[in-house]
Amino acid sequence: MEFYHFTEFAWPFLPPDDEFTSMRVNLPNEVYDPTIGADWFNMCLDQHLLADELGINCMINEHHQTATCLNSAAPLSVAIAARQTKNARICILGNPSANLRDPIRNAEEMAMIDNISHGRLECGFVRGVPYELFSSNCNPTETSERLWESIALMQKAWTTNDGPFNYEGRWVHKRQVNVWPRPYQAPHMPIWMTGGSDVNHATRSVENGFTFTMFLTPTEGMKKMFTGVRDNLKKKGLPKPADDLFAFMPLVAVGETEEEALKFVKQVFWYVTNNKSEPQFRAPPGYVETNLYANFLSGKFSGGRTDAIRSKGMEYFRENGVAVYGTPDQVVTQLKKMYKEIGGFGNLIAMLHSGDMPYKDVAKSMTLFAKEVVPQLKDLGTVSSKVGMLKDRGRPIQASKFKGRTDALEAARAKSGVTVRSPKKSRRSKKRAA
Amino acid sequence: MPVKKSSGRRSPKARTTKKTYNLQEAKIVVETKGSGKPLLLLHSEDRYERDADFVEELAKKYRVIMPMMPGFNGSTLPDSIRTIEDMSYLYLDLLDALKLQDVSVMGFSVGGWLACEIATKNDARLKKLILVDPVGIKNRGAYDRDIEDIYYNQFAVVKKLKFHDIKKDSRVLIEMSDAEALDEARARESTARLCWDPYFHNPSLRYRLNRIKLKTLLIWGKNDGIVKPAYGRGYSKKIPGSKMVAIAKAGHFPHVEQPEEFMQHVRAFLR
Repeated sequence: MEFYHFTEFAWPFLPPDDEFTSMRVNLPNEVYDPTIGADWFNMCLDQHLLADELGINCMINEHHQTATCLNSAAPLSVAIAARQTKNARICILGNPSANLRDPIRNAEEMAMIDNISHGRLECGFVRGVPYELFSSNCNPTETSERLWESIALMQKAWTTNDGPFNYEGRWVHKRQVNVWPRPYQAPHMPIWMTGGSDVNHATRSVENGFTFTMFLTPTEGMKKMFTGVRDNLKKKGLPKPADDLFAFMPLVAVGETEEEALKFVKQVFWYVTNNKSEPQFRAPPGYVETNLYANFLSGKFSGGRTDAIRSKGMEYFRENGVAVYGTPDQVVTQLKKMYKEIGGFGNLIAMLHSGDMPYKDVAKSMTLFAKEVVPQLKDLGTVSSKVGMLKDRGRPIQASKFKGRTDALEAARAKSGVTVRSPKKSRRSKKRAA
Repeated sequence: MPVKKSSGRRSPKARTTKKTYNLQEAKIVVETKGSGKPLLLLHSEDRYERDADFVEELAKKYRVIMPMMPGFNGSTLPDSIRTIEDMSYLYLDLLDALKLQDVSVMGFSVGGWLACEIATKNDARLKKLILVDPVGIKNRGAYDRDIEDIYYNQFAVVKKLKFHDIKKDSRVLIEMSDAEALDEARARESTARLCWDPYFHNPSLRYRLNRIKLKTLLIWGKNDGIVKPAYGRGYSKKIPGSKMVAIAKAGHFPHVEQPEEFMQHVRAFLR
C-alpha cells in the first residue's frame, strides 16, 4: 500500500451561510483575502514538505471558481513540490484535460515535472466535476471523449521519441508533435484516473493500466465499483489487475486519543458540511448518463451529495467508511476492515486537512498517521509489474536509433559532473526496475 | 412531451403522418399534418410547437411539415453534426428529398437560427420566412450577455426568463413520467451539444444575414428574458427588408402565451 497526504487548499473564511448560495461557480472572489491567503497557500504547501519528511507521498488536485480549493492550477503546486521535496511520490489528480483543451502543453508540463522530481510524478487525469464546465466553458457532452482523446495523445507524445508525428483527431489537431523533454520515467509516468458510478469508465481505466481512484465514497459503493471492474476484466480474459491499480480517498484524522482524533476530524469534515452548491451546477446536460439526467430533471436524483446527507453526523460517515478517525490502532483496524470489505486497493489517499484546521493540528495528525498507522499497513495489497496496457504487461521498450547517443551522454555526464540520482521509488517502479 | 390545452374549444385534430428520412449520417423523423401549400415548421429546443393549437389551425390551410431536429424525438444526432450550421446542410438535403417548392418557413428560437442558416445558403426552394424569438447571432460586444444563460441560472429563474406568465408553461418537470423525462433529457443534451459553445450563436452568421432575400417577418415576445426585443431589432436590421412585430404579455414563446395575436400576424404575413 502507498499512502498519500491530501489537502485541497480550501478557503475556510466564509460569510455567514445564509449570505451565499454556493461555494462554487458564483461565489465572488472578494470573499478571498490575499493578505491571509498568501500565508494560507504557503501553509498548505508546507504540508507537502512535512509529508516528504515523514516518508509519505502527496496528492495535489485543482478546482476552479470555488472556495473549496484555491489550487486552480495544480501543475504549479506540483512543480513546487517536485523541486522542494526529496523522496515523496507526487500525484497530480489531476489534470482536467478535457477542459484544458491543449493536451500537448499538458504533456510538456507533466514531462518537465517528472524530470525536475527525478521521476517522482504520478500523473492523474480527471474529467472535472460538473461545476468546472461553467468556468471552462467546455461542452459537457464532449468532456468524456475529449478526456480519453487527450490522454491517448499524451501517451503517444511521451512514447514517441523519434521525432514529430501528425495528429488530426476528433477534438485536437496538431501536425508536428514532438514533446521535449520526454518524461524521466519510461515509458512514461504511471497514469491515474478518477470516476464515480460509471463502471465501464472504471474498467476502461484499469484496462489501460491506469490507477482508478474514488473519493469519499461509502464502502458499499467502493466494493460495487472495484468488484465490477475486476469482474469485467475477467470476462474480457485480461490478467488480474494488481491492487495498486485501485485507490481510495477517505477523510482521515489520527489523534493520541479518540477525543483528539474527533477534534481533528471535525475540522477535516468542514469539506462535507460546507460544500454546498446550486442544483443546476451539479448536472449540466450531457455530463451524467442520460437516464440519470432524466431522473435529475424529474427530481429523483439530486446530482450529488444532498444537503440531507451532508447534515448527517460524523458517526454516520465513520460507519460507511467515508471518514476514518481515531487512535492509530483504531484507524489501522478500520482501514484493514475497509480493505477487506472493498476487496483490495493499493493506494490510500488520506484527506488529512481541510477547513480552517491549523498547521499544528494537521502536522500532529499527519505525524501519527505516517509513524504509527502506515508501518502497520504498508504490506497490504499486490503490486503491478509494469506501466501500460494490461494486455501488454512485460513487453520491452525499444532502443534508440541514435547509435552514438550513449557515448555522447556519458561524455556529457563526465563534463557536467551530473550524477544519476535514484529517488525513492514507488513499490511499483522498484519492481519494474528489478 | 404533451402540453395541456388551455381551453375546451377543440376541433378534431388533423391526422399526423410520420416518415423517417436517411440523410447524410442521420435519421430524420418528419411529422406532417394538414394539406395545402407547404409550410416548414422548425421547432424550438423546448418543442412547445409540436402539438400546439396554432399548428392545428395552420394545418387547416397548409401542409405543415415538422422535421424533428437531430437528437430530438427519434431523429438521430450523428457525430458529424456539431453545430446548427452543420445541421442546415442536412436540412437542405431534406428540402431536396421532400421535393419542396415555394415553401414558407417558420422557425422558433433555435429553429429560427436554423432557418437563417438554411436561407443564407440556398433559398431556391423557399418562399417566406417567419422567425419567432430566434437566437443564433451576437449583436453586441464581448462583455455583453446577448443571450441569457439558461444553464447557469436556477430552473425557476430560467422559467421566468422564458415566460411572461409562468402559469402559461404547462410543462412541470417533477410531474413528468419516466418516458417524458427521458425525452426531455435527450432534447436538453442535444441542445447543449449544439449550442453550449459558442453559446446559442454562430459568430459568422450576422455577417451573412444580408444574403436572405426572402420576405421575412420577425415575431418577438415583448417580455422575452432570454433574448430581449432589442436583440430582435438588431437581428431584423441585418436582414434586408425584414419587419419585426412585438407581442405584449409574452416571453420567449409568444405562440404559447398569446396564440391568437401570434396567429393574426402569421395569417396576415402568409396571405
